[in-house]
Amino acid sequence: MTTTDILWGVLRIVLIFSAVMGLVAYMTLMERRFLGFFQLRLGPNRVGPGGLLQPIADGIKLLFKEDMTVSHANRFWFRLAPAIALVSVLACFAVVPASPSIVVADIPVAVLYLLALSSLGVYGILLAGWSSNNKYSLLGGLRAAAQLISYEIPLALSIVGVLILAGSMSLVGIVKAQEGLWFVVKQPLGFLLFLVCVSAETNRTPFDLLECENELVAGYQTEYSSMKFGLFYMAEYAHILLASCLVSLFFLGGWNGPLLPAPLWLLGKVFFVFALFIWVRATFPRVRYDQLMGFSWKVLLPLAFVNLMVTAALTVALS
Amino acid sequence: MCNGMTPSLSIFVFLLLAAGSAALILLVSHGVGRRPLTPGKDVPYECGMPPADRPSTQFPIRFYKMALLFVVFDVEIVFLYLWAVVVRDLGVFGLVEMFVFIAVLMAALVYVWRKGDLQWE
Repeated sequence: MTTTDILWGVLRIVLIFSAVMGLVAYMTLMERRFLGFFQLRLGPNRVGPGGLLQPIADGIKLLFKEDMTVSHANRFWFRLAPAIALVSVLACFAVVPASPSIVVADIPVAVLYLLALSSLGVYGILLAGWSSNNKYSLLGGLRAAAQLISYEIPLALSIVGVLILAGSMSLVGIVKAQEGLWFVVKQPLGFLLFLVCVSAETNRTPFDLLECENELVAGYQTEYSSMKFGLFYMAEYAHILLASCLVSLFFLGGWNGPLLPAPLWLLGKVFFVFALFIWVRATFPRVRYDQLMGFSWKVLLPLAFVNLMVTAALTVALS
Repeated sequence: MCNGMTPSLSIFVFLLLAAGSAALILLVSHGVGRRPLTPGKDVPYECGMPPADRPSTQFPIRFYKMALLFVVFDVEIVFLYLWAVVVRDLGVFGLVEMFVFIAVLMAALVYVWRKGDLQWE
């Protein structure tokens, strides 16, 4: 490869990265506006036309806030934890395609890559809780880690059905396999399981026990302020964006659709799934912690196994 | 493959971008953030009360058990992934083989369940 090739490649990657960051910023605004409408108020609409500059104002405000480190904290891990949380989520976007050609790297083991990186994200939360020298943070971090790993199992199992149908672990391959029929039709149970697990993984209501404010103040991020808190906030929304992308890619046909260009179809589906998450957040109360843990191991996991075995048996019988 | 670069190089560049921007944001915030702190702001937050003691370094054994269960099942899932991609080619043999594997896994789940380790009082 020549130098020009490399430069173009790097430029593409920078563009995709900026698009992801921009989307993450504007998802915070979308969530706040939508929640406002759900609660019969306007939401942030003062900064710029219709509130469109709000994320930028938020960022600038956070940058100039006091950068506090709590006394007796383990300073190294305290500072590194938000970066781990953000980088491990952002790294996932390296394999998420917006169309067959708009992708950083279409690797054949993309799903394994995603599984590995999403497990890494737990470290950010656990280290943040542990290094904060705060009882609420520690409890929040431990709870969060237990919740995330519990829902990781049914989450990972629920997409085995998709892998069987697609016969590929590349995200581009999985979307290409849905050109005729979306997998949500062939995998209704898998779709529901994935949706539930993903909202637990991204700490959305009704599973937002990591920061249940009336028990744990703000969970693992209690002691974080300024842009360190900002990184956690960005990581959270990047995670939700990733979840919406994956639901669209695995089950809703990705960029497949008539007339409009491919990336627009994907973007539309991503926004639809995200709106669904906001709707759920505005509707349901939080579950109890023992209910949460029991639900994953006793309901979701057996259902995921049933889904996987039925899919495998039917696939082999029909082929 | 794409971009005129190998996939691993592309992912590496993407990772560098992510890590670099996270570091940059933290550095800028550290540089321009308001200082000095007023005294008392670095006390761990406990609703305004001075903390009586440090957070405990001991926590319930349940968290360890959950972590162990996670490791067991997560490793099995990696096997399932590889099998899932080629299940069509393996045919009935692969199907029966993997069902036996899943049955063993389910037996483990039932055992843990009966032992009461999934109960979170």
